[in-house]
Amino acid sequence: MSIWVEYLISFLILVGAGFTLLGSIGLARLPDFFMRVHGPTKTTTLGVGAMVMASAIYFTVTGDGVSLHEVVATVFLFITAPVSAHLLTKAALHIASRVGK
Amino acid sequence: MSRLLPHPALSVAIFLVWIALNNASSSGHFILAFILAIGLPVLTQRFWPERPEKVKLLPAIRLFGVVLWDILLASIGVAKLVLGPIDRVKPAFVEVPLDMQDPFVGTLLASIVSLTPGTVSIDIDRSRWVLQVHALNVDDAETLIKSIKTRYEKPLKEIFSC
Repeated sequence: MSIWVEYLISFLILVGAGFTLLGSIGLARLPDFFMRVHGPTKTTTLGVGAMVMASAIYFTVTGDGVSLHEVVATVFLFITAPVSAHLLTKAALHIASRVGK
Repeated sequence: MSRLLPHPALSVAIFLVWIALNNASSSGHFILAFILAIGLPVLTQRFWPERPEKVKLLPAIRLFGVVLWDILLASIGVAKLVLGPIDRVKPAFVEVPLDMQDPFVGTLLASIVSLTPGTVSIDIDRSRWVLQVHALNVDDAETLIKSIKTRYEKPLKEIFSC
C-alpha cells in the first residue's frame, strides 16, 4: 500500500469521524426536538459515507479483489435515514399538537 | 413488461446488490444473483404499486451529482451552525407546494430533502400536495422553497416526466 493511499484513507476516516462528532455535538447543544433530528440524519449521510469509502479503499487495496459491501451499506443508509427522520418528526408533531405545545 | 420480468429495474438492482454483497467473489454467486433477480420480483409482484413508466437516465445522473455536492456543502454549513452560538440559529417549519401528484416521486423528493443537511421533510400532505419541511436555519423561507423546487423538484419531474 503506497503512502498516498494511506493518506487518502486516513483523511477519509478523519472526515467521517469529524462529521459524526459534529452530529453528536449538535444533538447535545441544539435546544428542541425538531432541531436535534437534524444532527443524526446529517452524520449518517456524510460521516458514514466518508468512513465507508475509506473502508472500501482499504479492503480493495489490501484484500483480494474489489470490496463492494460498503457501497451497498451506504445505499441502504441513504434510503433508511430519511424514513426514520420522517417517522420521528411525524410522531413528534402528533404529540405536540395533542399537548397543545 | 413481460411476465418473466415484471420489474426490469428491480431485477437489475437485486442482481447488482447481490453481487456487491458478495464482492463478486465467485461465479456461483453470479448464478445465484441471476436466480434471485428473476425470482424475487415475480414473488413480490403484488406488493409493488404502479411505477412511473419512463425514466430518463441522463438527468437522473446529473441530479445524483447535484445531491452529492449539496450534501457536502450543506454539511459544512450545518457544522458551522452547530459549533457557533446556538441562539443565533433560526429554525422554521416551511411548506413547499408541489407541482406533481405522484406518491413515488414525492417520496423521492422528500428523501432527498431529508438527506441534504439543514432540512428534514416531515410529511407530504396529500390533500393539498404540500411537502412539510423543517429547516434548521432559515433566513428567508421563499429562497429555501425556491431552491428546493428548482434544484430537486424540477429535475425529478424531468426524469419521470410527470
